[in-house]
Amino acid sequence: MGEDAENSKLNHSFLRDYVTEADVISTVEFNHTGDLLATGDKGGRVVIFQRETESKGEVEEVGETGESGEYNVYSTFQSHEPDFDYLKSLEIEEKINKIRWLPRQNAAHFLLSTNDKTIKLWKVSERDKRPEGYNLKDEEGRMKDMSTVTSLQVPVLKPTDLMVEVRPRRVFSNGHTYHVNSISVNSDGETYLSADDLRINMWHLGITDRSFNIVDIKPANMEELTEVITAAEFHPHHCHLLVYSSSKGTLRLCDMRASALCDHHAKLFEEPEDPGSRSFFSEIVSSVSDVKFSHSGRYLLTRDYLTAKVWDLHMEKGPVETYQVHEYLRSKLCSLYENDCIFDKFECVWNSSDSVIMTGAYNSFFRMFDRETGRGVTLEAWRETSKPRAVLRTRRVYTGGKRRRGDVGVDSLDFTKKILHMAWHPEENIIAIAATNNLYIFQDRVNTETQGQD
Amino acid sequence: MFPKGTKRKFSDSGDEPPAGSDDVNQPSSAAVRMLSSYSLQRQSLLDMSLIKLQLCHMLVEPNLCRSVLIANTVRQIQEEMTQDGTWQIMTQALSAANAAAQCSADRLVATEVLCRQTEAAQGEPAPKPFPAVGSEGCSAEEVVVVEEEDEGVEGGVIMSTVSPQAPTAYLPSTFGIDPCWEEETGEEEDEDEDSEECASGSEEGDNDRLVEDSRTAEQVFGTFEIKNPAPSPDPALEELFSDVDASYYDLDTVLTGMQSAPKMGPYDLLESLSSHGPSPLSSSTSCRSDLNELDHIMEIIVGS
Repeated sequence: MGEDAENSKLNHSFLRDYVTEADVISTVEFNHTGDLLATGDKGGRVVIFQRETESKGEVEEVGETGESGEYNVYSTFQSHEPDFDYLKSLEIEEKINKIRWLPRQNAAHFLLSTNDKTIKLWKVSERDKRPEGYNLKDEEGRMKDMSTVTSLQVPVLKPTDLMVEVRPRRVFSNGHTYHVNSISVNSDGETYLSADDLRINMWHLGITDRSFNIVDIKPANMEELTEVITAAEFHPHHCHLLVYSSSKGTLRLCDMRASALCDHHAKLFEEPEDPGSRSFFSEIVSSVSDVKFSHSGRYLLTRDYLTAKVWDLHMEKGPVETYQVHEYLRSKLCSLYENDCIFDKFECVWNSSDSVIMTGAYNSFFRMFDRETGRGVTLEAWRETSKPRAVLRTRRVYTGGKRRRGDVGVDSLDFTKKILHMAWHPEENIIAIAATNNLYIFQDRVNTETQGQD
Repeated sequence: MFPKGTKRKFSDSGDEPPAGSDDVNQPSSAAVRMLSSYSLQRQSLLDMSLIKLQLCHMLVEPNLCRSVLIANTVRQIQEEMTQDGTWQIMTQALSAANAAAQCSADRLVATEVLCRQTEAAQGEPAPKPFPAVGSEGCSAEEVVVVEEEDEGVEGGVIMSTVSPQAPTAYLPSTFGIDPCWEEETGEEEDEDEDSEECASGSEEGDNDRLVEDSRTAEQVFGTFEIKNPAPSPDPALEELFSDVDASYYDLDTVLTGMQSAPKMGPYDLLESLSSHGPSPLSSSTSCRSDLNELDHIMEIIVGS
């Protein structure tokens, strides 16, 4: 590899990195088995990846499954189109805010996708056979000349190339005045919630023309509005419990058995503010951007601007664990407020055993925290430094002390490269990281790999 | 990545170690310097926040969460500034500058508001909230930056505090009594918010403040709602919005600071000033009769 190769590589990567806005990935979600991975982008498209299965006739090695782990494109479809609200004279973005898979009930897969206003239920099904031998139509589908039909035949199903069909099955519209930020499928398998800035609605998957409002924090006078809902989720096992987070850093656990309208929380999780560290930005950085139940249902994981916190559902007075994601930004809050980065909403995820949590940061960095040891590691999702099947090396942001090679200074961080969206495989240590318009899939195995999606 | 902006870096603790050893001998000046540095930082943060609230890209609905967080920050700064008296100094300085400036059609309709406000506020010990008047075409005189008093029109927005119990900005009565206002007949009445203020100004006590509160915050978050449309009565307003699609023009859209295209956010002062500065502000009927008419309409709407 000479210099020419380097230059051409640089030029080529520059062209590839010219990102069209519509390609920016806005959500990532594994299905319940982890075989399928769905991404939504700003252009309203959904791309579904499927894990390739390799049949290994040989003896299985310890720790190996029968799957190679590579994800390839399975299906692509346009979920939402740009829309226009005629009453308010405002555009409705087609950006997919969230995708959630339904638990599998038959051969088809179902997923919910939502933009700011409308939630849609999509059916993803495979077709690998087609009928042949129609009496009235010929092979191309044209109507036959009746005079040529001399005998009757029974159409038969013949195998054909695999086709993946995606069809909209339900459209849940007009449920929200404000922007939908979360959807969550209930463990009852029949209902789901959708949350916007001020309200949470509960829908039945089969009924599109009405929804039930279960949380409404809209004040009678909008003047008194000081808090909005930022995320909401159903409990993984208890179909009557849901949690929602607010821009003031509080979490509210609601029990739908207590009353139909869950304006009064069953539990309020709030960490008392440290008066010593109060600043004008205290409230903004305390705003919770994502909340996730642990798989066990015992804990909650929240992300605010600088930290990730684990809460025990049995203890409301504060988190049981706090992880500093990028504390070095605390002294830069004013600049981050100026360039609006302080409003970035990072997601957070649990691993399958609830022992590790992961969240994103800037400069294409993302962080994992081992709950047992309390230690965190910084990794990078960046094409230039990652080759397929190369092991990710840990990164570090230099914050003082001995500077090591490869350390990145705080002022050299690229704040346009933010890792906001990510997902963790439900059973294995496979993670999907969305970095602007690229999707990175990493595995915790000997053959770690990356993939790019352009 | 950090923009070329703020020379003044806002340190969260507000503490900056005084430079030089000579400060040891002059502790008071160091403290003063620290305080003024903090004030400058706070002011700069306030300006930044108000600009952020104004520059909403209104083709797509602005992010409510972001707006709420910025508004809360503004409110917090305003409260703090009120508590340490900076607020009054600023408003007084600004009013002095305005009194000296030439009366023009660009004068705030809000001065009328202030007149009535202070009338009603005579008996009240607590400071009254300063409404955030989103103006379209007619510049609203808001008190934000002392530096901006050079301009003929003022920019910026003040978010009134929501809870009546919280201390809020008090606008000195000298501000409101403006001889120019009485003489202005060419002034265009454009903002129904002002008429609301007038209407509310005539009410008594807490009702007054609450109504104002409802109007101001409505302007902040009004774009996120559509209220029941009401008939549009005002020919002056018609003229102002003549280029606007009439089907979207009604009292409520004006009240909430909305129009069809280009859309403006509730805090659209600076933008509206720049884009509508020379617009037909002068061609209007008597302000007074417009106000009365709009008063009446507002009372109906508020009552409903």
